Amino acid sequence: MTLKLGVPSKGRLMDKTFDWFAGHGVSIRRTGSEREYAGAVEGIDGIELVLLSAGEIPRELAAGRIHLGVTGSDLVQEKLADWQARVAALEPMGFGFADLVIAVPAFWADVETLDDLDAAAAAFRAAHGHRLRIATKYHRLVREFLREAGVADYALVDSQGATEGTVKNLTAEAIADITSTGETLRANHLKILSDGVIHRSQATLFKARGADWDNGARGVYQRLADRLGLGE
Amino acid sequence: MPTKAEIRAQAERLQGFFKGAGAVPVETDILQPAEALLDLYGEDIRGRAYVTSDALRGEQMLRPDFTVPVVQMHMAEGAAPARYTYLGEVFRRQEQHPGRASEYIQVGFEIFDGENPAAAEAEVFALFSEVLSPLGLRAATGDIGLLLSAVAGLSTTEKRKAALRRHLWRPRRFKALLDRFGGRVPVREARARLLQALEAEGAEALIGRAGPEIGLRRRDEVAARLDALAQDAAEPPIAAAEVALLDDLMSLRETCVNALEHLRDIAVDMPAIAPAIDRMAARLDALAAEGIDVDLLDFEASYGRTTMEYYDGFVFGFYAEARPDLPPVATGGRYDALTARLGGGTGVPAVGGVVRPELVLTLSGAGQ
Repeated sequence: MTLKLGVPSKGRLMDKTFDWFAGHGVSIRRTGSEREYAGAVEGIDGIELVLLSAGEIPRELAAGRIHLGVTGSDLVQEKLADWQARVAALEPMGFGFADLVIAVPAFWADVETLDDLDAAAAAFRAAHGHRLRIATKYHRLVREFLREAGVADYALVDSQGATEGTVKNLTAEAIADITSTGETLRANHLKILSDGVIHRSQATLFKARGADWDNGARGVYQRLADRLGLGE
Repeated sequence: MPTKAEIRAQAERLQGFFKGAGAVPVETDILQPAEALLDLYGEDIRGRAYVTSDALRGEQMLRPDFTVPVVQMHMAEGAAPARYTYLGEVFRRQEQHPGRASEYIQVGFEIFDGENPAAAEAEVFALFSEVLSPLGLRAATGDIGLLLSAVAGLSTTEKRKAALRRHLWRPRRFKALLDRFGGRVPVREARARLLQALEAEGAEALIGRAGPEIGLRRRDEVAARLDALAQDAAEPPIAAAEVALLDDLMSLRETCVNALEHLRDIAVDMPAIAPAIDRMAARLDALAAEGIDVDLLDFEASYGRTTMEYYDGFVFGFYAEARPDLPPVATGGRYDALTARLGGGTGVPAVGGVVRPELVLTLSGAGQ
């Protein structure tokens, strides 16, 4: 039995993941042709590399088909209900930083906080006959955050891309999206609410609680954890 | 675990009891148009209900409760007075409580009748109390109408009252608002700066400097709210004594009879709640006439504030005290405002409740 490690299959996230493991004395590399999704782990025996889209890693962890996985903490919290019961966050990896934030048009001089957003939403609903729309692809995180904050009279509308453009295009009044520098928000005349940071995400090494940890996987994990300097 | 067949048999027994009280059985669709539910509950309902859609009928929800479709049916075609009973599955996502059932049967009983509200409330409560009596449950009662009348009676602006009323069912937000309106928290620094700039430059300049107008929310709506902020800042805080009375009222937990006495004391300084207290007194008389021992019945003024958002008067629930892991066995209350919202403005006084037959079985140890 081997321990399955899921890592992002392409792009900067993959490169940084490989760098992070290399920095801890575990060499990961892709094998085969440029286009083949295959890889190898050197330095510790018994680890099988599984290359996956970062967005699918939460699901694979939850199903226990991989033992460990690297993905954004935002994706785990968005995609998994009761995520702490299903995965353990072992180690923040110090890259892939992105904040999930609520942003509104910059010219809304009256709206600085969630409290203002709530009051503006009530007035908006009375004036326009429908709830104030917030465009996002992070439905669960945004809904839970707004419920916790006691914001009412809003509706989430789905936006899988170019979310910053939805206000100008009149398909939403506000947005909740990932930003790293805020550049795109500013370019689209949006501002972040002062208490509107929903989640500060970064690439994180997760462990699947529901994977099969018998038959040697636990031993492999222990050797890897020692090498990576993980607590457990 | 009782089987589905056992649960259904128990449900039919419970419904038989409600039919015996003169209720007409009614059915509703399992697939409900999402719009009315979303309009009523807001985005939160998506976290609790199963949402599905088809290309023709648009977004649909698997019935998360019976109250909304039964009220819609009554408002469309029913004639008051009416008594209904229903039996069927409701569907709830349980992301926060993975151990709880996401599909279960409810049996309900509802009275649409404005003739004698206190008597209707007492009758509903007494019926549930009787049918559940072998289980030795604790009954909790409350009265959202009392809280609404207390808010309405505050000496402050209509806008502040409307904001408090809107968040009555979100206790933390309500408290934050009350702290702000009561001057119990300092004005945020950013808000103070905004108000200064607003006074110095005017709304137009402030908005113009902040950015170009984009989106459906217009410049004049922003200006209107800035004006409202300035007006509100000029208002005196709600008097500390009034806020203290409201706190006192909301934390009241006593037996009904003691609570009534305590409330009459509060009403000396808060006369706006007197009519609601009279209604409560009438209800207690009606409950006593139904054979309920009101000397022992619990009253919690804040009961129903977190879970039962459409109730606006009397509320009740029955709990198995030895099984805090279980949800309430039965809940109910008055929902006059809901009938007005779903009836396009014209409402009917309505009160009712639901019971979960599988919990009745679990607690009575049947099938063992």
